Amino acid sequence: MFDYSAFSFADKEELYAKAKKFWNPGKVDFWRGEGIDLVIDRREGYYLYDIEGRRLIDLHINGGTFNFGHSHPELVETLKLALDHFDIGNHWFPSAARTAFAEEFLKTAPGMDYCVFGAGGAEAVELAIKSARYATQKRRIVSIIKGYHGHSGLSVATGDDRFSKIFLADRPEEFAQVPYKDLDALEAELKKGDVAAFILETIPATYGFPMPTAEYLQGCASLCRKYDVMYIADEVQTGLMRTGHMWGWQAYGIQPDIFVSAKGISGGIYPISVACMTDRCAAWQKEDGAAHITTAGGSELGCVVGLKVLEMLQRPEIVANVHAVAQFFADGLGEIQAQNSDIFGGIRQKGVILGLEFEHPEGAVYASKALYEHGVWAIFSSLDKRVLQFKPGVVLDAPLCQEILDRFSAAMPTLRKKLASAPKH
Amino acid sequence: MSGSDTTPRMLTPDVAAARAGQMLNTARWAADSFAKMDNETVRMVVKAMSEAGFAKAKDYAEWAVRETGYGRVAHKIMKNEGCSRGIFEKYGDLDFVAPRISHEAKTVELARPAGVVFALTPVTNPVATVYFKALLAVMTRNAIVISPHPGAKEVCADAVRTLAVAAQSAGAPAGLIQVVEEPTIPLIDHFMTSDDVDLIVATGGPAVVKAAYRSGNPAIGVGSGNAPVLVDDTCDLRKAAKYIVDSKGFDNSILCTNESTILAFESVADQLLQQLKNARAHVCKPQEVEALRKLLFTDSGFNVDMIGKDASLIAEAAGFRAPGAEILVAPVELIQPEETLVREKLCPVLAFGRVDDINQGIAAARSVMRKSGKGHSAVIHSTDERRILSYANAVPALRIVVNVGCSLGASGFETHLGPSMTIGTGFAGGSSVGANLKPENFINMARIAYNKSDAEPFGVFEGLARDTVAAPLPAIHTFPSTAPSAPQAGGEMRAELRQLIQEELKAILTA
Ligand SMILES: Cc1ncc(COP(=O)(O)O)c(C=O)c1O
Repeated sequence: MFDYSAFSFADKEELYAKAKKFWNPGKVDFWRGEGIDLVIDRREGYYLYDIEGRRLIDLHINGGTFNFGHSHPELVETLKLALDHFDIGNHWFPSAARTAFAEEFLKTAPGMDYCVFGAGGAEAVELAIKSARYATQKRRIVSIIKGYHGHSGLSVATGDDRFSKIFLADRPEEFAQVPYKDLDALEAELKKGDVAAFILETIPATYGFPMPTAEYLQGCASLCRKYDVMYIADEVQTGLMRTGHMWGWQAYGIQPDIFVSAKGISGGIYPISVACMTDRCAAWQKEDGAAHITTAGGSELGCVVGLKVLEMLQRPEIVANVHAVAQFFADGLGEIQAQNSDIFGGIRQKGVILGLEFEHPEGAVYASKALYEHGVWAIFSSLDKRVLQFKPGVVLDAPLCQEILDRFSAAMPTLRKKLASAPKH
Repeated sequence: MSGSDTTPRMLTPDVAAARAGQMLNTARWAADSFAKMDNETVRMVVKAMSEAGFAKAKDYAEWAVRETGYGRVAHKIMKNEGCSRGIFEKYGDLDFVAPRISHEAKTVELARPAGVVFALTPVTNPVATVYFKALLAVMTRNAIVISPHPGAKEVCADAVRTLAVAAQSAGAPAGLIQVVEEPTIPLIDHFMTSDDVDLIVATGGPAVVKAAYRSGNPAIGVGSGNAPVLVDDTCDLRKAAKYIVDSKGFDNSILCTNESTILAFESVADQLLQQLKNARAHVCKPQEVEALRKLLFTDSGFNVDMIGKDASLIAEAAGFRAPGAEILVAPVELIQPEETLVREKLCPVLAFGRVDDINQGIAAARSVMRKSGKGHSAVIHSTDERRILSYANAVPALRIVVNVGCSLGASGFETHLGPSMTIGTGFAGGSSVGANLKPENFINMARIAYNKSDAEPFGVFEGLARDTVAAPLPAIHTFPSTAPSAPQAGGEMRAELRQLIQEELKAILTA
């Protein structure tokens, strides 16, 4: 009996049956099909507990949402104290919390002038695209093949067909895609003169974190300058110190016109997102400040939490910890990779963003499963299933990192067996 | 803020405790990586720390006196030097890395650092204790977080930074030596009770020591001192008087090993008083003794304003003059704890009582230590080994120093006890250690032990390093491990390789 006083379930089977019936049959079936029988219940730090009690170490952290782990005490206390004074607020009016958050946020992003708030990542991307269109008075948006920017109307149109066609939401005439790391293809699109923005995840997450070079990103930025196209950096997964810098674009020495932050800025406890932009891109707010309305966007509680997230991330000891974690996994996974290179092909890494390549078209699906059996939860990349997303949080400590590595190492023989019996694609 | 209401409209969490937790994480990273270093690196790090500390010995001595108002610069310089270069000279050549092989015992010992050490340092010997604990911790490959007494936090924070910079430039990981810049009771409590601390080394008042032991973490705490000094009729009184005055005057008595009460044999008491005067002690008249008693002991205990002050200033504060005196000697009738002057006095005031013989001397020494000072130090000036032995056997001290000043004798600088700023007071003194703190206190030993039987021969460990098993060679190495490879790059070759690998795997599995 899982009793939550307001609701209860007799057992996991009942929960699954009802989840299928009332919620989302596809997701329920998919995970069970994969042998991942996880219903997340209690959570604490980097631990997740299944409803039946099994503990998992969270290396998925929902793309940086749980950068500080789950229910980080300082963040939780911040939110609790904020609730004594604030609620989501009224989006129409100037607000102390929103103003303070915008001001602090901008201090982390030299070159930017305004914060426009939303509630989720897709909404912030939406805002970014709208703002770029207003600024340039052009319509077309260019993104990369296998890019991922969320699922709202405009953001989903930038992404993979899988997510747009099903809803008839693909808009080929307004949205073009070019191959990643192909500056010529990008230029060919931009040249057409009708492009408002080029949007790019600084390191494409759902594609499995193929690492850009600084030259590539700088090349993109300068092509945008050349054709007066707004460069939108999607920092939803690469921001917030995950690259070892506050923002990924800073790690690569580029200056976008707009960048987007979500997930981790909420501390995983109160949704908020930000489209941070130059004066030029934010100019619509002078013409009509209410041209974009969002009741839950920029909620005051989210602002207070976001402020705390930024403050914590800038503490020298946390920055040092990010580097320690990054170095630890670079060394430790490097060793394991060398010992298991028949199945574990390579490591992509920038800071605490890692993509691990496995030697099978769906290698990461099997790796995810093997790790799951060994008490670690890390998810494959939806758009390149060879690559496992391996995303340690910024305040992981040394003993837990060692435990992750030991578990990872122990999972390798299991993975080898799974791959040997996997169907060849 | 509107009007006069100054309370914030919204509250935010206390950041200090959260940051404390992260300091311990940082320390853990540093301890883990430092534990893997070889002896030569460790030695170079310790040497660099000791040299950096030595170079700043004078600056910090002056700063400490300025910040705390306690003690004497010249003596603090000596302590700072003794606890930097002195400690390196004493212990620098010890190897806590190499396996220790014993053929007789058929064992191999591997030093296992504690890990993260949390150290409390006192206001009385601020910098010397910082140096001492940091050097010992690092010498044994531990990380250390130092929480200085708030009264000396600035000089200590600077001293820690000096050591940390030196250590890092000699190859130590960042964060190996850290300081709590703003120590507060809740913050110290947070550290002490944290699961991420492996060992607490507490020096301070009894409250601090008890708190350390109550914390639930392994702890080395040391209690307070109150050393009796027995002077019999077989010693050289002139030398004894000189030792006593120099020791009691040393840094104005703020080492916990300073002398508390002289117990002089009646037959030599007057001569001893004369010799003390010759050695620049001021021997107080009865009304001066009364004034001192009133000045030094208030209802709430010892008057902390007098800690480590010059003798002449204390005399002035008590209403009499003792210009140029190194120490004040206060003759008392009663040698029992109810006579406050025989209690611990961290200032150059020395009680003076008379005893008829060794038996009375022992009883008096026990009386002096009844209220405080158990497990700490005692002194005897004598050449009669029987008396020395029975005195040592009967007083509740764990170091009984002979014909030497107690300040630097019991703390091991002028004896062979091992120079220490941390004096183990043993079970009687509420501590787990009874000797002067040494590097060994910061490690455990892992022991490889073979079957005693001759049927199982002992292995040959000579020439092997700690971690000698080489990493297995990669089976089939396909990609450089750190190459940030893009999936489209070399796609064809990789497909080919994968094919090869899969065939190989299949071959292995069907074999
Ligand atoms: C890079 C990137 N951009 C945007 C989004 C969309 O964010 P949200 O799910 O909050 O709408 C995501 C979500 O996974 C993302 O990874």
